[in-house]
Amino acid sequence: MEELLKNYQTVQVQEVLNWVAVGNTVDFPENGGGCIKYKSKQVAVYYFKRTDSWYACQNLCPHKMEMVLSRGMIGDSSGIPKVACPLHKKTFSLEDGSNLNGEEYRIATYPVKIEDGIVYIGFAD
Amino acid sequence: MQKIIIVGNGMVGYKFCEKLAAHPNRAQFDILVFGEEARPAYDRVHLSDYFSLKSDQPLLLAPRAWYEENNIQLRTSEMISEINSTSKLVITHKGEAFHYDYLILATGSSPFIPPLEGVSKPGVFIYRTIEDLEAIEDYAIKMKAEGKFKAAVLGGGLLGLEAANATKELGMETHVIEFAPRLMPRQLDQSASDLLKSKIEELGIKVHLGKNSKQITGEDAMTGIEYVDGEKHSYDMLVISAGIKPRDELAVKAGLVTGARGGIEVNNKMQTSDPAIYAIGEVALYNKGIYGLVAPGYEMATVALDQITGGNKLMSPTIDMSTKLKLVGTEVASFGDPFIEGEEVTAIRYENKQKGVYKRINITKDGNRLLGGILVGDASDYNSLFQLYLNALKLPENAEDLILGARGGESASFGSALDLPDSAQICSCESVSKGAICDALKSGACTNLKEVVKTTKASSCCGGCKPMVVDLVNETLKSMGQEVKETVCEHFNYSRQELYDLIKMNKIAGFDEALDKYGNGHGCEICKPVMASIFASIFMETANRQVPIQDSNDRFLANIQRNGTYSVVPRVPGGEITPEKLVVLGEVAKKYDLYTKITGGQRIDLFGAQLHELPLIWNELIEAGFESGHAYGKSLRTVKSCVGSTWCRFGMHDSVSFAIRIEERYKGLRSPHKLKGGVSGCIRECAEARGKDFGIIAVEGGWNLYVCGNGGATPKHAVLLASQLDDETCIKYLDRFLMYYIRTAAPLMRTAPWLEKLDGGIAYLKQVVVEDSLGMGEELEREMEDLVSKYTCEWKEAIDNPEMMKRFKHFVNNDDSDDQLVFVPMRDQKMPKPW
Repeated sequence: MEELLKNYQTVQVQEVLNWVAVGNTVDFPENGGGCIKYKSKQVAVYYFKRTDSWYACQNLCPHKMEMVLSRGMIGDSSGIPKVACPLHKKTFSLEDGSNLNGEEYRIATYPVKIEDGIVYIGFAD
Repeated sequence: MQKIIIVGNGMVGYKFCEKLAAHPNRAQFDILVFGEEARPAYDRVHLSDYFSLKSDQPLLLAPRAWYEENNIQLRTSEMISEINSTSKLVITHKGEAFHYDYLILATGSSPFIPPLEGVSKPGVFIYRTIEDLEAIEDYAIKMKAEGKFKAAVLGGGLLGLEAANATKELGMETHVIEFAPRLMPRQLDQSASDLLKSKIEELGIKVHLGKNSKQITGEDAMTGIEYVDGEKHSYDMLVISAGIKPRDELAVKAGLVTGARGGIEVNNKMQTSDPAIYAIGEVALYNKGIYGLVAPGYEMATVALDQITGGNKLMSPTIDMSTKLKLVGTEVASFGDPFIEGEEVTAIRYENKQKGVYKRINITKDGNRLLGGILVGDASDYNSLFQLYLNALKLPENAEDLILGARGGESASFGSALDLPDSAQICSCESVSKGAICDALKSGACTNLKEVVKTTKASSCCGGCKPMVVDLVNETLKSMGQEVKETVCEHFNYSRQELYDLIKMNKIAGFDEALDKYGNGHGCEICKPVMASIFASIFMETANRQVPIQDSNDRFLANIQRNGTYSVVPRVPGGEITPEKLVVLGEVAKKYDLYTKITGGQRIDLFGAQLHELPLIWNELIEAGFESGHAYGKSLRTVKSCVGSTWCRFGMHDSVSFAIRIEERYKGLRSPHKLKGGVSGCIRECAEARGKDFGIIAVEGGWNLYVCGNGGATPKHAVLLASQLDDETCIKYLDRFLMYYIRTAAPLMRTAPWLEKLDGGIAYLKQVVVEDSLGMGEELEREMEDLVSKYTCEWKEAIDNPEMMKRFKHFVNNDDSDDQLVFVPMRDQKMPKPW
């Protein structure tokens, strides 16, 4: 299980070695999430239509180690964009991956960019 | 800068840190904490929750990061082995020495292990730490694999019963062995113990009282207990929870004064015989007593801190041992002096064996003051009784009303929390007074409940006083001229009912428009499903129309299970199904390798479907004539029925046909919470209809209609709304009742709590539904008729639309399925690999 978590480390924009095209913007639901696969990683991608902003994070919920976060509901908490895990409604900031219920575990986040209607996720591997 | 060293990172040690971190003189101190366990301090009171939580995180009082943020150095897995009080040093088990100016001993206690032969045999456990729990769990799993299921718990006190609950949760046949002739001998009298015993035994835990153990038998591991009376019983494991022993060995070694039976002697400043050393919590011997509850421990932490920081707070001369808790599913409370007897005292007792309730209050002979009492089975009066006792308030004329409830006339207990004096202690764990709560609001420091809890800490510990804190906050805000509103969440400053009316009257088209007009931000996982439910209840739109605001289950029209796969539940109206359809369910389950189980609502649940398989499965089910069962939604689930007069020799009416008609009528109806119904063909009530939101029972001359019942955590029997109805009238009343509930209930509020909150209760509901006192009967019926006529099966709708099908794919960027899923076999079927 620990191994699984180690596979996901937050990538900052300046650390990106590889921008991976993961689909057209229209392939992703508005105000919701979709899951993409890159090598052995599952990454959740969210589109917030109201602010036209994109976020990506690990699909693995660190609470119970299941690949479900892309299926969670999104929204904001005092302006911080967040996702709620569909299993137990643990919520995570999509800005820095921290748990918003005050618990210790967090999730890895990845940078997203859109060029010519294509969604790219930034990886460091 | 002065150095405070705290030895022990348990609940009380942590409380000291928490108070110190928030203290205005915080900067004058350097803080170092030693904890011998690997984890930072956790909530030992709720230890047995660890099994259901499967994680220590929710139990932690604060994460490790909290200590860092507050500049408190925390060294876990480190034990102090010596105190050198002359040079003010503590020495760790690794030999490192640290200097202190003040030393706080919060070393707590260890389980008392009776001097029995054989206590060190494998299979004998104590119950104190998460590690103990893990060891108990491992051993229980090992025993069960060998076909051994008997666990004994030595000790029938508070902790013993907690431990018994834990072994029961682990699936062991649990036996509680107590030396005294009653359970919880310190808190309960004989009648209370008898009642508690019968309640616990109903749940499958066996209780053996007055048993004096002689030795623990067994060769390589424990296999049983032999008693002094010569009896022998065989058990496969034993958990000892027979009291506590203060961890005073450090103090003894350092030459501090300790009690003959353990504990470090302290004065009312919590100082030990060395003025630089304080002792708090279960290790402190104060007024010749050791107190194994958190509330006195927290008070000790507060006093010690106040003394060190220059204050003059002293420990109360008498320690209140009042407590309310839930043991093995039974509410138990005891306050003041529960046993007090004598010429100056009258005890009033109420016992109802059928309902499993025992209440006792001890009052002064003149009937003016409450001295103590015991509640078992129903402790809902605890808060008001405790306040009366604690604040020595004058009792009402008929003191018995306090436990029997007012039988006609005015309510006996105090009407509002606002009537209490300012000095009244509301939260005894954190010792927060009524004045402190009200002042937090009046001074402007806090503006709502959340802030009050955060600032005063009231109700943050055991939560028992929460209802009173809520009342106080609401009443105080009201008295300040502020409107108190139950808003949905931070994004909408409206209640559910207000949003319902706004959307309906202004014909709002969707969530985005509502958010633009009445809300702010993006919305969240709380308001989105509420709005989805409102849109569905007004316009009968399915979960396919506004997908992003659906709760995660509605979004995929299936119930997510713990490994992220889904279960599929087709509708089986009234629980009636043809052999042909049963075969189809079997074939589909076989084809997709699904675990199958009969649900409590008379239908069949197919588990383990992956996201991409859902449309394939539904294609086949729809082909065979099935429809969505809405098991995933806050909506009508099932209308359960008994077989009724068509087959049953006792049946009065055809309950199956009527159940089918009702289920077909309300299928797809979304509501503030799930809705369940039942129809029974006679008063034998085999459909358990009175455990449902609406229950219909056949009687001479028609149907009796009961409403607002439920099973679940707080079971409630439905109450009679109208009797001897014909089919049409029954449906008319049901339409009105359901629509009225849908319009007015708060989010996620089932019918039973809704009725409880409804001013005027069932009598008022009868007026609205039966007598049409609001004159809106026809309107409610019309709205329901409209919803009924607009029903479509949302699975069929989704399958027929390729655009809607896009969401049933695990990956956006390829067609693989989730490769992380692992199943293990179980009784010829499968289950997800355990966490």
